[in-house]
Amino acid sequence: MPANLPQPNGATEAYSAADAPDPAISARGLVRKFGNFTAVNDVSFTVRRGEIFGFLGPNGSGKTTVIKMLTGLLPLSGGDANVEGLNVRTDAERVRERIGYMSQNFSLYPDLSVTENLTFYGRIYGLHPDRLKKRMDDIIQMNGLGPYLNRLAAQLSGGWKQRLALGCAMLHEPRLLFLDEPTAGIDPVARRQLWDLLFDLSGHGITFFVTTHYMDEAERCSHVAYIYFAKLIADGTPNSLRELPDVTPPGTMRVEITTPEVTRALKIGRQTPGIRSATIFGQSIHALIEEHFDLEDLREQLQKQGIAVAEIRPLAPSLEDVFVELTYQNQANSAKETEANRA
Amino acid sequence: MREMFRGFRAVFYKETLHVRRDFGTLFFSLIIPLLQMLLLGYGIDTNIRQINTVVFNADGRQESRELLDRLKNSDTFHVIRYVTSDGEMNNMIIAGKAHVGIKIPVDYSDKLLHQMSAQVLVLIDGSDSSVAGQAINVTTAIGLDESLRRALVNNETFAVDMRPKLLFNPDSRSPNFFLPGLTAILLLNVTTFLTAFSIVREKERGTLEQLFVTPVRPMGLLLGKLLPYLGIGFFELCMILTFMRFAFQVPIHGNVILLAFLSLPYIFVSLSLGILISSKANSQSEAMQLAFLTILPSIFFSGYIFPLETMPKFFYALSYFVPARYFIDITRGVILRGATIVHLWPDALALFTMGTFLLLIAARRFQNKVIMA
Repeated sequence: MPANLPQPNGATEAYSAADAPDPAISARGLVRKFGNFTAVNDVSFTVRRGEIFGFLGPNGSGKTTVIKMLTGLLPLSGGDANVEGLNVRTDAERVRERIGYMSQNFSLYPDLSVTENLTFYGRIYGLHPDRLKKRMDDIIQMNGLGPYLNRLAAQLSGGWKQRLALGCAMLHEPRLLFLDEPTAGIDPVARRQLWDLLFDLSGHGITFFVTTHYMDEAERCSHVAYIYFAKLIADGTPNSLRELPDVTPPGTMRVEITTPEVTRALKIGRQTPGIRSATIFGQSIHALIEEHFDLEDLREQLQKQGIAVAEIRPLAPSLEDVFVELTYQNQANSAKETEANRA
Repeated sequence: MREMFRGFRAVFYKETLHVRRDFGTLFFSLIIPLLQMLLLGYGIDTNIRQINTVVFNADGRQESRELLDRLKNSDTFHVIRYVTSDGEMNNMIIAGKAHVGIKIPVDYSDKLLHQMSAQVLVLIDGSDSSVAGQAINVTTAIGLDESLRRALVNNETFAVDMRPKLLFNPDSRSPNFFLPGLTAILLLNVTTFLTAFSIVREKERGTLEQLFVTPVRPMGLLLGKLLPYLGIGFFELCMILTFMRFAFQVPIHGNVILLAFLSLPYIFVSLSLGILISSKANSQSEAMQLAFLTILPSIFFSGYIFPLETMPKFFYALSYFVPARYFIDITRGVILRGATIVHLWPDALALFTMGTFLLLIAARRFQNKVIMA
């Protein structure tokens, strides 16, 4: 199992789709309707080769629908998409040959052994027996399934199931893998190991399209997009999103206040003018404050109430801050639109 | 062409593994039809014998006793009680204790002796039409016979002597007639359920969705699923036939190999039906209900129990769409009548056509609909 891999490249540079030569995925104005309900509304994005693209959003916001459209499982109601250079509308069959897909529930056959699961998926992709044998050896080496080859998939733990599922999805050497919530329900160690593996593979030029609920996983991606109620409301590298003016409006800044009594401190903080918003993160409070606000005043005020303040320091917004902020603004905007429509 | 069946071999490989792993379930699904056959084979006798009968013999002399003896010897009537009034006889019938009441009037012997027409009242409970029919036939025949014998003097022979002879099933044994039909129903049961479940299970597990992201084609998937179960269905047929031949002593007049060969298109239809069901059902319980839906028509509109010829036109036409109809034709043909391929090829062709048609519809539904899942 490879460890200590560097963060994926490109995490610090600003993201620009325009200069990407032949992207792994380019989606242009994707629309999917189910009757009157629009599940995906005008979604466009580009995923470059070798990226780990994190696709985030609340449940039911359209993540899985987008994956199904890109893998040719669901016809598009509008827009267009190229995957691995092939149009999904006209070439869905060949798209499926070139991609790997791992679904939330890992889609293994519980009554088949590890080897049998691998053999089956290998044959489905029509691998020649010699190549299948070599690929299976590679995969087993990569994910460390060696000791469990004859075990039934049903008897594997969540983490091993997930590695086996990933192995099955990679036998045919796809250059692009779709992972739908790959870490749902597995333990933290297995989660960490999976990400190490993803970094390693992306270093070899394999592109990953990953959906997740975990913000720490989003932070690891080289490119993230956030879908909220069928619309894409953020798209870029984690750093470029943190720097969005919408997230930290002009004249405000984010600070972290470390204190042993976070709950009481939060209560006071929220009543203090100049603090726009505040929320608890473990032993500290993350607050969005106005720039003219005097931090020393706050410290004194809290200490007067008997709350010891260990440290106050400026803080870059987390991706969670980004998504929460963008979601609020989106809600406010759509409320305004509804009103405008009524008027 | 090859492209159309893509993934077939991989799916076939996987299905045989499933079957081997889940041998217990398979064993039971194969054994249960044999048990059913055991129950139905011994339990059901379509010949009507020993109908419960109540007798009111008001005459009581020799002639009347002779008539009663003839009725009893027919094996159709079983006299459970002799009564002494009309009221008692009626009550026995109304209570359902007897299905036939025979009243011989007090002047029966007198009228016969005086060369007059003597009447015998036969009351028949019409609530079971086959019992009633049998009772009418036998009593009428005995009455006619009795009259003729009295009309003919000095052992003259009958002018016309009808000699009916039962072909193929000379002893009129029920199992001989019943079990070849039952074979079709039992086989349908097993194969339809097995395939429907095997696909619906993949829907429930989410593996079907996974398969549709691979280059496997619907036809490759469905045939890969179908063929292992064709083997199982065939094996089941052989067991049923062996059981029928040796446990129930049903003689097979025709060629067993031909019968086995002609069963393949029938198994193919049942499997395709199972696949079609699985394209509609999203859970195993749904699949179960839909599969049951196919069983009743197979029992009632296939000629298995009720003869097709007596059905109203509409239902007769309907029977052409019931696969079991053709296979029952085949099993009875080969087993009872010793029919050969010359007689049976239209049935086999009909089955093969139906199977192909159902499979194509199923493949289409999978192509269109699973995409939406």
